[in-house]
Amino acid sequence: MSANCDELEVSVWRGDRLSGHFEVFHVPAQDSQTILDVVSWIQQNLDATLSYRYACRVGMCGSCAMMVNGVPRWTCRTHVKKVMNGNKLEVAPLRNLPVIKDLATDMDPFFDKWIAAEGLHHPTKTRDEPIETINPDSTMRAEANAGIECINCSVCYSACDTVAGNVDYLGPAALQRAWTLFNDAKDSGQNAILEAVSGAGGCHNCHSQGSCTVFCPNELNPMKAIAELKKATTKSFFKKRV
Amino acid sequence: MIRKHRAHPLWFAYALHRLSGLALALFLPAHFYILSKALTQPESLDNFLTLTESPMVKLAEFGLVFLLAVHFLGGFRLMAMEWLPWSDRQKTFAAVAVAGAFLVSGLFFLRVV
Repeated sequence: MSANCDELEVSVWRGDRLSGHFEVFHVPAQDSQTILDVVSWIQQNLDATLSYRYACRVGMCGSCAMMVNGVPRWTCRTHVKKVMNGNKLEVAPLRNLPVIKDLATDMDPFFDKWIAAEGLHHPTKTRDEPIETINPDSTMRAEANAGIECINCSVCYSACDTVAGNVDYLGPAALQRAWTLFNDAKDSGQNAILEAVSGAGGCHNCHSQGSCTVFCPNELNPMKAIAELKKATTKSFFKKRV
Repeated sequence: MIRKHRAHPLWFAYALHRLSGLALALFLPAHFYILSKALTQPESLDNFLTLTESPMVKLAEFGLVFLLAVHFLGGFRLMAMEWLPWSDRQKTFAAVAVAGAFLVSGLFFLRVV
């Protein structure tokens, strides 16, 4: 028993876009070990062909998210001890995204939807004009601040069943970005944003299951952002009719 | 099987709302069919109504009232989420909707038995 406790039994998804299977590796347990440590250890010591993605290792870049024991997590900040099932771990590529190889997913659909939701900067001024003064206490700035810590890790996108059921749905991260920019005094794209998020794949597809908010590693609240977008698009709809 | 990313209160509230809605949608045509017998075949309606004395039907009615109440209250929760100023107490509201539905259907059950 004690020998087993010093060793983790890790099932890792191996495969590509079309097919794959879980392969079991045995990894020595260590103190303060993260899921990313485990995956890196396998790649460095057992199978150099294992593909996965990471960059900063400190929860800033949003590169290393994977499915760990069935739920999406940022692997660099997820301690093995917190999520271990006995001495077993299951690591798989993020759900709702095409797999490139093993644990690396193709993030293109995720980022394309940011653009589709108008999650890009719409300038209000040229470089020759003075910088706008922002009041940090204003209600709109507080709304914008609530979402700016998003690291684009796609954990919410993978947790969302509406994304799984509707390929056109923009998803929690893109919609939260849209809501953030909608409230940004330095962004002029309010109308474009409302237009983008009220379409076929827009905010009104959301079923408020709340998995995005439950799993967001930065404890953001995309479900609230989407509810606010629903309010804003509805208000704008009735304003246009009057 | 409930997959792990779904095992949290608001996902269950979503599932309950969806399943109760589907069950009510299936029930309504049957309900209207039976009601229509009041006009077309009153004797057959009377025969059917004797069935409602059986304990199984009473239990089923309890279930029906629960579905109706939980869908009604859950619907208000969703409308409040999408129309009123945001509250972080969504899990509490979902729990209140389920508790309220049990209260309503439980009182109904106590009245009919």
